Amino acid sequence: MGEVYVITSGKGGVGKTTTTANIGTSLAMQGYRVVLVDADIGLRNLDVVLGLENRIVYDLVDVAHGRCRLRQALIRDRRFENLYLLPAAQTKDKTAVNPEQMKELCAELKKESDYVIMDCPAGIEQGFRNATAGAEKAIVVTTPEVAAVRDADRIIGLLEASEIRDPVLVLNRIRTKMVKTGDMLDVEDVIEHLAIDLLGIVPDDESIIISTNRGEPAVLNSDSKAGQAYRNISRRIAGEEVPLMNLEDGGGFMNRVRRLLGLRTG
Amino acid sequence: MLELLQRIFGRDSLKSSKNVAQERLRLVLMHDRLDLSPQVLEELRADLMNVIKDYMVIDEKMMEINLEQDKKCVALVANIPVVRMKRLPSH
Repeated sequence: MGEVYVITSGKGGVGKTTTTANIGTSLAMQGYRVVLVDADIGLRNLDVVLGLENRIVYDLVDVAHGRCRLRQALIRDRRFENLYLLPAAQTKDKTAVNPEQMKELCAELKKESDYVIMDCPAGIEQGFRNATAGAEKAIVVTTPEVAAVRDADRIIGLLEASEIRDPVLVLNRIRTKMVKTGDMLDVEDVIEHLAIDLLGIVPDDESIIISTNRGEPAVLNSDSKAGQAYRNISRRIAGEEVPLMNLEDGGGFMNRVRRLLGLRTG
Repeated sequence: MLELLQRIFGRDSLKSSKNVAQERLRLVLMHDRLDLSPQVLEELRADLMNVIKDYMVIDEKMMEINLEQDKKCVALVANIPVVRMKRLPSH
């Protein structure tokens, strides 16, 4: 019996879908059975980030309305046979699914998987309620900006009011140089404001754009710093203790030496 | 001296945009979380009254407490008429 996670943020554009794709792929790389669910009805995009957009036949709404069996709608990943995607519908009707149906769906999905990971739409309306309805745990994604942190705070309040206890935080798109010059909030600042446990930090990394262009999550690229960060995060989800990544190790001389020697930094 | 050096090297941390963000975030979160229900405010009022009663006699009916906010801060403002001071053992 697996666990159901929801990945949420309140604000749009902070990296929920990228986080979902990377954590899911990385957990599958570790050998876990993973189902990713795109709960953003009407704005399907997790399929594109995963590079599975050409293989969709049925979607979440078809399953909820009994137009197909759950198995028929699940798309198996090209790279990992233990990774599946349940795509969102492209219907304009956001009320096409209700929280009760999502609960049933999650209960069904977790029977035969280790992790069910739900990509939640931005906002706090029906889509949020749907995505959180069947979830047991929550990962809140934010970036070091006032607006994103503020929305994360609202979301944490809403999660705690629902049945999801102790959400954890992923702080995305950290620019080490700007933190150093005092022009970006750092990890401690954000954690202090939100009073929430940290699951992981992810550096701002151009390789994310490249991997999204290609439809290959960054965790597949061993040179990607963001990929490394997401691999660490997924190992923590699986219960391993992994120290926080040192974001300053970027392109430094010592790091290049370490790479030449085949050593990887946390 | 250190301050001067920091200023020369353009690292006046007091004016860095991070500190501006910190302060704005602190205020915006405080305002967002300020949404106290009347029930919570009533509990706060009762608790306050119990503490004060040990020291003085107050006019409970006239007691007013409110959260007031402006752009820069939030204050818990209490207006509590004192009827009589109690004689405290320590005096």
